[in-house]
Amino acid sequence: MSEAPVVLEVRGLTKRFPGVLANDHIDLKLHQGEVLGLLGENGAGKSTLMNMIYGLYSPDEGEILVNGKPVNIKNPNDAIALGIGMVHQHFQLVPVLTVTENIMLGTESVRGPFLDRHKARQRILQISQQYGLDVDPDALVQDLPVGVQQRVEIIKALYRHANILILDEPSAVLTPQETQGLFQVMRTLIDQGVSIIFISHKLKEVLHICDNIAVLRLGKVVGSADPKTATQESLASMMVGREVLLRVEKSPATPGEPVLAVQNLTVQDDRNLIAVNNLTFDVHAGEILGIAGVQGNGQTELVEAITSLRPVVGGKIIVAGKDVTNFTPRKVTETGVSHVPEDRQKHGMVSSFSIRDNMRLQTYYKKPFAKGIVANDKAINQASEQWVAEYDVRTPSIFVSMGSLSGGNQQKAVVAREFTRASKLLIVAQPTRGVDVGSIEFIHKQIVKMRDAGTGVLLVSTELDEILSLSDRIAVMYAGEIIAIIPAADADRERIGLLMAGVREGAVQHE
Amino acid sequence: MKITRTFIFSIVFLLAGGLLLIAALQRTNEIVPYRMTTLPQHVVPSVAFEAPGVTTSILRFPNEDDSLSFNLEIPTVSYSLIVALLFVGVGTYGLVPLQNERAQRTKTNGLILAGILIIPTVLILAAAGQSTNMISMLGASFRLGTPIIIGAMAGIWCERSGVVNIAIEGMMLTGAAFGFVAYTFVTASIPGQGGLWIGIAVAVASGGLMALLHAWLSVTFKTDQIISGTVINIMALGLTAFMRREVILNADASFETLSEFSIPLLSKIPVLGEVLFTGKPIFFSMFLLVILTHVMLYYTRWGLRTRAVGENPHAADTLGINVQRNRYINVIIGGLIAGLAGAWFSLETAGGFRDGMTSGTGFIALAAMIFGKWTPFGAAAGGLLFGFSQALDTRFQLLNVPIPVQFVQMTPYLVTMIVLAGLVGRATAPKAVGQPYEKE
Repeated sequence: MSEAPVVLEVRGLTKRFPGVLANDHIDLKLHQGEVLGLLGENGAGKSTLMNMIYGLYSPDEGEILVNGKPVNIKNPNDAIALGIGMVHQHFQLVPVLTVTENIMLGTESVRGPFLDRHKARQRILQISQQYGLDVDPDALVQDLPVGVQQRVEIIKALYRHANILILDEPSAVLTPQETQGLFQVMRTLIDQGVSIIFISHKLKEVLHICDNIAVLRLGKVVGSADPKTATQESLASMMVGREVLLRVEKSPATPGEPVLAVQNLTVQDDRNLIAVNNLTFDVHAGEILGIAGVQGNGQTELVEAITSLRPVVGGKIIVAGKDVTNFTPRKVTETGVSHVPEDRQKHGMVSSFSIRDNMRLQTYYKKPFAKGIVANDKAINQASEQWVAEYDVRTPSIFVSMGSLSGGNQQKAVVAREFTRASKLLIVAQPTRGVDVGSIEFIHKQIVKMRDAGTGVLLVSTELDEILSLSDRIAVMYAGEIIAIIPAADADRERIGLLMAGVREGAVQHE
Repeated sequence: MKITRTFIFSIVFLLAGGLLLIAALQRTNEIVPYRMTTLPQHVVPSVAFEAPGVTTSILRFPNEDDSLSFNLEIPTVSYSLIVALLFVGVGTYGLVPLQNERAQRTKTNGLILAGILIIPTVLILAAAGQSTNMISMLGASFRLGTPIIIGAMAGIWCERSGVVNIAIEGMMLTGAAFGFVAYTFVTASIPGQGGLWIGIAVAVASGGLMALLHAWLSVTFKTDQIISGTVINIMALGLTAFMRREVILNADASFETLSEFSIPLLSKIPVLGEVLFTGKPIFFSMFLLVILTHVMLYYTRWGLRTRAVGENPHAADTLGINVQRNRYINVIIGGLIAGLAGAWFSLETAGGFRDGMTSGTGFIALAAMIFGKWTPFGAAAGGLLFGFSQALDTRFQLLNVPIPVQFVQMTPYLVTMIVLAGLVGRATAPKAVGQPYEKE
């Protein structure tokens, strides 16, 4: 469709890992000045493909052509020399170094034996002006918000004269506003002749920004699509290989008694600064209260305080009529609180344990899993088998280690454990982070099912779409405070997005 | 009430201050009110609220040119009273339940000040009623600090690139032994001090070889770096003891050491001249190494890359930096430096080799490095603190202080605990230190 010359082409690219065919004869073309969207679930082989183009892996078969000429990319230096730049999903920055040092690293300008920071700084300022990438070259990277860190990564590629830019899930860590900013930058880059490969599994964004879309599944290109004609549904079914329901179907909530009452709660973060400031809200049985907000506005501390993983400095937490403030975590659990933590690897599972052992982490000492002081293996195995089947955890057996599962399956296993435990209050934090479309659909359905069964659900998410489609009421957190609680029916992206950025709604509206 | 570090240290200082206060109050009769006429002519009184009383601690600063000599006479009882009150005050304030950030900062700074004051206080109390030569005391601190500071620089090169080096001790010992062995071989055929210099070269090289082994095990084979370091420490013990028995004992060499020299002009500066500008070659090389390490780390391309590799090797790799090569080179340079520190023992100080003669200095060097938060100047300050405390040991014995010497030897570690573990905050090691780099 495009008349522009092809700047990057891969032909029959294949990569095998022990037991897995990660990339199976992939063909792709990237034209000058276009945004090529690369869609695919986790494990579809997107990252493997990009790592081969960037020289971090070497392909087993096939060839890569840059500007029509076959090239041999053995390491990132070769890729950089060919004008290929990559912004990794997990930023490759050194937090304790300054922006300038991070950008010049590897291609330092020197004067005699010494670094020439001044010269590098000048170039960074010039690039940042040319492409509208605003950044302070002298700031330490660790002090910068993620959106700015991403800008540093992009400048890093441009500093090395990249004209082919690979963006690996760039919007995963951004707020809606920051994502808009990123798209602005991408358009500027395209206008200046840069070509971009945009990797994502957010269908909406891909449709919005890309000129061309390729879909990967199980290491193969299963199709390409024109964003002008494709729909989210058609792309999703291409990605997953079956029909996917993107909208969550749910009936209106029938809220009952409050199961969680938070009163004037104050919590400190790791640096002893106030992270949750005098918060008051409640969650009723049979409703989903969604907490929206940009990462780092106190949501993590709030959830940790409710589950007693973090001490409460002031205020009260009442679960099902019982004051549980500063209980031990086990006592809170026994009061009837289930918790799917935001960082499942760290707080939701023991990755070296088997699935079976992960299933009884909170209940190993109770009947039926314990018989006196010994474990009841039969009961444990039986329950684990049943849950794995019920919650669609794809695994060869319940005895493999949790760490060997993909992110989506790990999450489904954690969900299985927490959702099957009899509970009055369910706290789910970032339930679909790093989880593929098929699993997202499944987890969302289960959350609604819990609500319909009369459980009060506290949903914490930075994904606006998730909040909007699941919640019955939406609370927006900003700087440790809830700045508004609105019924889901009155909420739209624009309004919540502004609240998330800390723009308080005028008092006029309410009084 | 929550038990915090501030809380614990406040109690410690409150107790220490209280004890000191009681001791000092019992002797208030020794305080003589200040009168102008009692001030001796050639004495510089310190922060004296009183004339030199019955009990004074005299710190002497002699000089070749006697007109430049001076003494600090410190009225022991008054000094103790002031310090005791300060300790009690800081401790009490630390216990006041104030939560705001400014109060917390004041508490922390107060406790740090009290922690630092421990050092002069110990010295002054020890010298009560006597006099002690501070110039030789300070000189000894720097001299004894030399192998610690050089060892700490070895650690910085290594660990900044992300490789833990607990093998500094072993590398030093190897350097000490092999340097001396080389010296015994060549000394007969080379006149003057040439043999010693060849010894130093061999010491440096042998430290580097041990480091090569460390790099090979921990970078190439990704062995646990602690284990690899332990292997080298144990191996060095055995290997050097063997060398001593087989070679050194049979050697017929006149055991001399590197000779001392003074830097012209600079060595004439009062106090500093004798402490800093008179010494032996390895002593002087220490200053150079600290400065070089600092410049390397913060102002050169190699330093920037090393810091990046030690913090986030994966990021460095994506920018085309060869992580393994960087670590190899840094570990080996660290080993060469550790070898030099070893030569300090056998060739600059003792003029011989004893089994295990480094006696844990390598580990103290690591402590100094951590004390300085992996920065060259910080580590040098830490090394100096440890050197000072070792000098204090000898001084205590000279002064006949009725405290078991082992307790005195604890002082620097006490100070380290207070300053480091307690108050300055967590020491921040390079993020990737100890982790072998795996290219996913």
